[in-house]
Amino acid sequence: MNPSVILALLTRYVLLYTRNPVRLFELFFWPIVQLLMWGFVTGYLQQQGDGDFSKTISFLIGAIILWDALFRSQQGVAISFLEDVWTRNLLNVFAAPVRMTEYLAATFSVGFLRVIITSLVLALIAWTGYAFNLFQFQGWLIPYYANLMIFGWSLGILSTAMVLRWGHGAESLAWAIPFMVQPVAAVFYPVSSLPAWLQPIALALPPSHVFEGMRAAVAGKDALWSPMITAFSLNLVYLAAAGAVFALTMRSARRKGLLVKVTSS
Amino acid sequence: MPAPLLEVTNLAKSFGTFTAVKSVTFNVNPGEVVGLLGVNGAGKTTLLSMILGLITPDSGSIRVFGMDLAKQRLAILKRTNFCTTYASLPSNLKVKHNLRIFARLYGVKNPSRKVDELLELLEITRLADSITGRLSAGESTRVNLAKAILNDPDLLMLDEPTASLDPDIADKVRKLVRRVQHDRSPAILYTSHNMRDIEEVCDRVLFLHQGSILAQGTPAEIVDHFQEADLENVFIKVARSGEVVTP
Repeated sequence: MNPSVILALLTRYVLLYTRNPVRLFELFFWPIVQLLMWGFVTGYLQQQGDGDFSKTISFLIGAIILWDALFRSQQGVAISFLEDVWTRNLLNVFAAPVRMTEYLAATFSVGFLRVIITSLVLALIAWTGYAFNLFQFQGWLIPYYANLMIFGWSLGILSTAMVLRWGHGAESLAWAIPFMVQPVAAVFYPVSSLPAWLQPIALALPPSHVFEGMRAAVAGKDALWSPMITAFSLNLVYLAAAGAVFALTMRSARRKGLLVKVTSS
Repeated sequence: MPAPLLEVTNLAKSFGTFTAVKSVTFNVNPGEVVGLLGVNGAGKTTLLSMILGLITPDSGSIRVFGMDLAKQRLAILKRTNFCTTYASLPSNLKVKHNLRIFARLYGVKNPSRKVDELLELLEITRLADSITGRLSAGESTRVNLAKAILNDPDLLMLDEPTASLDPDIADKVRKLVRRVQHDRSPAILYTSHNMRDIEEVCDRVLFLHQGSILAQGTPAEIVDHFQEADLENVFIKVARSGEVVTP
């Protein structure tokens, strides 16, 4: 891999954001809305109910911030590819001496930057609005974020492969795919609350282990390495599988002329 | 006689039941400008896309600079470039940013200086800070041309570079292509529907029809071959025949 090529592609995506206020707005709008909305809802429930909702608020705020890391990471990959489709730049990039690994590495870097920027903003809002300190997880934040970002990359690669295979009709999947995973990824509730037949599926998803770990930490239990290692191992499998799907889709796209079609249609 | 820079041998490509290119064979020599002429659907863009590695052929081989495209695509692409109506540079970035990014993708040393040099060569220095999406069609073509010669390619592919340009701008673009060819001597593969483009720019023409090479030679030889008054009449004759014409 050539770092200079990755940096050049990354520069193109960063310039896209810095030169377009709408893109910057989009970057922050939804996570902030979600954080505010769910924060106020749980605050209201706390006022109405008799129980101790303080942990519930922490679970929820933590889940929203960490889920956003997965979503932004997936979007970094999928939307970067779509930007090249929308601006009819895809052929220019794919007919340049750019390896697929370099292209994906650049989109991963976009995802990484998006995650860092939105997480800092959300952490600040959570701190000031709900007295939720994201940094209470200390060093555990690194395996949490790493696992969620890697899974987001895998989903991003799959979204990209789908757009490549099915064209513009599949664009909405770039936004929908993370939310297909969300109900079984134990984001807002524990795996044990899922129906028994869904639990093995949940446990086969890396985010479930991260969110379970986060809830355990909020509840004051000892944080364990084993769920993080399980999540990381699963992530390696998903990333390899997504990479293989992308490589096969790209080969098929070259055979069927889809690269030219997706740009010119 | 130098070794051919591009060797296309028995190249074929079908999409389902549609045959886009069937058993096409031709060579392009260093410094030669070869025109690909043909009606819509004749197979010109599919052929160029295969040479760029964007479409995989069903059969046949493509050798560029003596290397097999199927095996050494990246090494070939470093010395190749293109400009097509089917692709644009990102519309929301400044011209200079777009060109610098592509210069780095092609491994150009000192990208900023190279971009400035090309903007000057193509007489568009004033566009350096313009947003690419706000350029006129003529300006946009010249910027795309600048991108296409950023890496001083040995093989340059220009896919309908004068499409949708008015005659004045089209004439300027033709002159620019000639100038680039004169100054830097790349081999050029040039597709167009504009007969004047082909006559003015190309040393040799491949007349494609229904995915096959119907005739090849200098523009004058093609006209003689079909016993028509000019290249435009040849084009119309082939287009209206609906099938391969035997002169």
